[in-house]
Amino acid sequence: MGTDSAAGATGTAPPAIELKGISKAFGPVQANKDISIQVRRGTIHGIIGENGAGKSTLMSILYGFYKADAGEIHVGGRKTEIPDSQAAIKAGIGMVFQHFKLVQNFSVLENVILGVEDGALLRPSLSKARKELVHLAKEYELNVDPDETIENLSIGHQQRVEILKALYRQADILILDEPTGVLTPAEADHLFRILANLKREGKTIILITHKLREIMEITDTVSVMRRGEMTATVKTANTNPTELAELMVGRKVLLRVDKTPARPGRTIVEIENLKVTDRFGVERLKGVSLQIRAGEILGIAGVAGNGQSELLEVLGGIRDASGRVEVNGKALALTGRDADAQSRREAGIAHVSEDRQHTGLIMDFAAWENVAFGYHNDPAYQKNALIMDNAAILADAEGKIERFDVRPPDAKLAAKNFSGGNQQKIVLAREIERNPDLLLVGQPTRGVDIGAIEFIHQQIVALRDAGKAILLVSVELDEIFALSDRIAVMFDGKIMGERLPNETDERELGMLMAGMTGKPDGEAA
Amino acid sequence: MDRMPHWADVVLVPVLNVLIAFVLSGLVIWAIGENPFDAMQIMVSGSLGSTYGWGYTLYYATNFMFTGLGFAVASHAGLFNIGGEGQATLGGLGVALMCLFIPWPNWWLAVIGASLGAAVLGAAWAAIPAWLQAKRGSHIVITTIMFNFIAAALLNYLLVNVLRPVGSMDPATANFPKPTTLPELNQILGAIGIPFAKHTPANVSLFIAIAACVLVWALIWHTRLGYQIRALGKSEPAALYAGIRPVRITMYAMLISGALGGMMAVNSTMGESGRLIMNASEGAGFIGIAVALMGRDHPFGIFLAALLFGFLYQGGGELALWANIPRELVTVIQALVILFTGALDNVVRLPLEAAFMRARKRRG
Amino acid sequence: MDYASIIEILDSTVRLGTPLLLACLAGLFSERSGIFDIGLEGKMLVSAMMSGAVAAVTGDVWLGLLAGIGASIILALIHGLASITFRGNQLISGVAINFLASGITVLIAQSWFQQGGRTPSLSGGGRFHDIVWPFADQIGRIPGIGPIYQNLISGHTILVYVAFLCVPLTWWTLYKTRFGLRLRAVGENPAAVDTAGISVIRMRYTAVLICGVLSGIAGAYLATSLSAGFVKEMTAGRGYIALAALIFAKWRPWYALGSTMLFGLLEAISNRYQNIDLGVIVLPVQFMQALPYILTVIILAGFVGKAIPPRAGGVPYVKER
Repeated sequence: MGTDSAAGATGTAPPAIELKGISKAFGPVQANKDISIQVRRGTIHGIIGENGAGKSTLMSILYGFYKADAGEIHVGGRKTEIPDSQAAIKAGIGMVFQHFKLVQNFSVLENVILGVEDGALLRPSLSKARKELVHLAKEYELNVDPDETIENLSIGHQQRVEILKALYRQADILILDEPTGVLTPAEADHLFRILANLKREGKTIILITHKLREIMEITDTVSVMRRGEMTATVKTANTNPTELAELMVGRKVLLRVDKTPARPGRTIVEIENLKVTDRFGVERLKGVSLQIRAGEILGIAGVAGNGQSELLEVLGGIRDASGRVEVNGKALALTGRDADAQSRREAGIAHVSEDRQHTGLIMDFAAWENVAFGYHNDPAYQKNALIMDNAAILADAEGKIERFDVRPPDAKLAAKNFSGGNQQKIVLAREIERNPDLLLVGQPTRGVDIGAIEFIHQQIVALRDAGKAILLVSVELDEIFALSDRIAVMFDGKIMGERLPNETDERELGMLMAGMTGKPDGEAA
Repeated sequence: MDRMPHWADVVLVPVLNVLIAFVLSGLVIWAIGENPFDAMQIMVSGSLGSTYGWGYTLYYATNFMFTGLGFAVASHAGLFNIGGEGQATLGGLGVALMCLFIPWPNWWLAVIGASLGAAVLGAAWAAIPAWLQAKRGSHIVITTIMFNFIAAALLNYLLVNVLRPVGSMDPATANFPKPTTLPELNQILGAIGIPFAKHTPANVSLFIAIAACVLVWALIWHTRLGYQIRALGKSEPAALYAGIRPVRITMYAMLISGALGGMMAVNSTMGESGRLIMNASEGAGFIGIAVALMGRDHPFGIFLAALLFGFLYQGGGELALWANIPRELVTVIQALVILFTGALDNVVRLPLEAAFMRARKRRG
Repeated sequence: MDYASIIEILDSTVRLGTPLLLACLAGLFSERSGIFDIGLEGKMLVSAMMSGAVAAVTGDVWLGLLAGIGASIILALIHGLASITFRGNQLISGVAINFLASGITVLIAQSWFQQGGRTPSLSGGGRFHDIVWPFADQIGRIPGIGPIYQNLISGHTILVYVAFLCVPLTWWTLYKTRFGLRLRAVGENPAAVDTAGISVIRMRYTAVLICGVLSGIAGAYLATSLSAGFVKEMTAGRGYIALAALIFAKWRPWYALGSTMLFGLLEAISNRYQNIDLGVIVLPVQFMQALPYILTVIILAGFVGKAIPPRAGGVPYVKER
């Protein structure tokens, strides 16, 4: 069957994949509710939805990681059981996960043949794969050195290895889960070229993302998921980003936070030529200089992994650096004993970390214990030199929980038993109520439900209005635009430029985030 | 939500785990051709049936409280200190040096000095693996195992070549001077009018161990150090974020852990044998692992678990005397307790969690 | 020290290094698959007891070997159950297995033979005997290489040769076969193996079983080759030394041969000499006994080449959502 007829003929050819009434629950959480879609052969089908909408669960069912509670999967018109990954592979389904499933100290070849070796000895498989890789590289622009070890490859190349793995397994249907989250715009463009090539060769592609731009740019059809349900499936040509965004969140999106113009005061933070080298000897910050004034929010935009995390960590006292940082005119220690998070808190810096589950909170501690986390040396929390005043901490926690509307309002509940939004409120309450001169905020609304997002944004703006300096790091451009009074863009450990939110647009920032300064047709730096 | 109520987690699961271990042990006894119920009767009457039996049971329990607490403190910091045996060995050396070379006027000054010696050397022996873990990332399980063997070789060398009295063939130190003899339990209890059998090894160290239980409880849940130890044990990146210094807290936790393990020697070397002998810790360092696992790293749980193992130890000795069952049976029981409370915990936990979830669903 | 005693020491190095080598390779298979195993000691011990007991009763050392391997496999399966199926703590499971072996061997041996926890002495067909290679006597008379052929190459039991053959075999399996590729992958990144459609559970159980077989042979060697029968605690920490050797070898087969023979040499020296007079200082025998452990700590400290364990080692595999 020719690709043209398959792509063109609706209704005659069976869909590449059809899901009928798929449901899946994890305990009380209904991750997927009665989901049905058809994906036509030779098309790129987008699935869009917020974090936690159930996209990844759905794809895991399709790849045999989970067994659906109800529903059927049809591949190429035939009802197919997919109890494990092996069955998915056999059915011609390939998956590129958000977190790559590669063996770091294996070569590209070894990773490609893993699981589909021909016979008990490796040698024939390796030489066969080597030939096949040359062929695939030519056909789809998938060039990777077959003998290179994975840990020496860039993220973009590692992703190509994942795609090569799927193609080597004769996949006809390729699922990509948030493939551009970790890529630079240049790498993302390359990926899209690869996907277009694959489509031309008759492959079917399912692209899971929460980025509207990608959906509009590359998909033929798009399905929208919200809270475990499939709310709509439309032809991409017949829709627009605003409509999709509404379908995604279920109501009009507030693109702007209610806030008055900033009235910046004196300079609170002065960062000069900040450099960080990680333990592998890679330079993560390459001379960053910034200023933040009282009463303003400085937003740092950038693709994840371009040094924003390191900047937060240096200022939060978690990572050593060289250069100069002054807060309120006093220089911070950047190495040695005084470069720790306790000294930073004493210097008036509070820190809402990017990853509340692994750093901001101790998930097994009760909420009240987490309220003291980082401030456990506070004299108000001590009975005497030896004994902590647990009752005082509990009382303080109960107040914070009430003021920040944490639900359920139970200070003795372990942090892990709160929802993402309420966990974040606990962190914010702890940090904001310290009345810091500088608040560091990383990804404040990652994995947070819509209702809590507004509340969290309001709290951050309120602190700004109280005359404090705020450094906001977010990979969500919408959030950066909504909150920032000034925007700095980071790329490859450097500040590419600073802009005022009302004098720039997403397009210009996107160019800066890709390492391109000003000239739209320039090469990546 | 939690999958099951707190009481089920801390009481029901461990009790069921221990029950499984005991039933299996009964099957082992039956398999070697003995009657498990008779065996149980001998064990109970021999260890709990008389104050004489209690004297031994409490003596063993004292050892296990120290080593169990030691393991638990490290465990709260996320460290698997399997070196209790070596730390107890060095603790014995500390006790011996203190008792032999300082002329103590009376027992209570001596016990302070000996405790100090035991704690310092026990802590020192834990300090090297701790430092290697904190600074160099060397796996503490492996290094503490290695340090157990190195401790044994070191003590062997010292006893044979250095501390052995001239003319003695026995690899042991001389007897400690009279003033360092600790009061036995019957003297202490007799003073307040409770009759207790004479010539049992239980001694005043029991009360030091109980005090240690209370102190460790206060340390872990009511001090800043304890807070930091628990936080580090849950997540090292989070500890860094909060300004808790992993190297320092790892060191403190291991030093306390090693000191507690070492203090076991006050009971065994000073209280019981009155001189330092080879292999004085008799595996108590390892039993501490079982005790702490069973007691869920909580001092009260450790107190109860130590009593249980004291009973097993004394009862096992009685079995070897009165039935044709070697005392290695206790090792088997101990292994099964470690296996089911530590490694096969999920055998009980998963079905229980499922049962509680079902019950909750039914209620609404 | 004359040439003859050097040969003698090396001969005894081979004899004492063999059980370490087998146990070390056993641990290599397990740990390469991501299952830490500090229960090598226990598995060797039950195998020593079982092989000694069955060889004594049947008079057939081969049946003894099989029984020893069987017993070791049972403990390996318990470890697998705890650490793979029930996702328990692998270290705790290993500790438990060592105690289980330490207790149960005495219990069973006492119940069967009433000899204070030992098995009857083995003789004749109940033991493995040294294999004399062709013309050993004649070649042995050649000065220089003669004694090497006669005493080092010739004159060991079959299990010694098996152990040495296991080294290239392990290397070949690990690096040249499909099984080896998957084994290494499952210890580095089980999620990669799982998504490639290979069962992580089956791979790990296979590795744990191989570990059981090899430690079984190691234990049987102790009771039927090195000694003539089982005695209480006869492994005497060899499982832990093998573990140390595995770290020393950085989880590689040829290095494992080197580290186990080095530790075997240390044991041979400390068996032969009470103290070693280096002129400047006198090394006590206890120092030689502790040396394998001290060396391992130094290696672990990373002062001399860092030992990096398999990345997924010790962590039960749970599919992520």
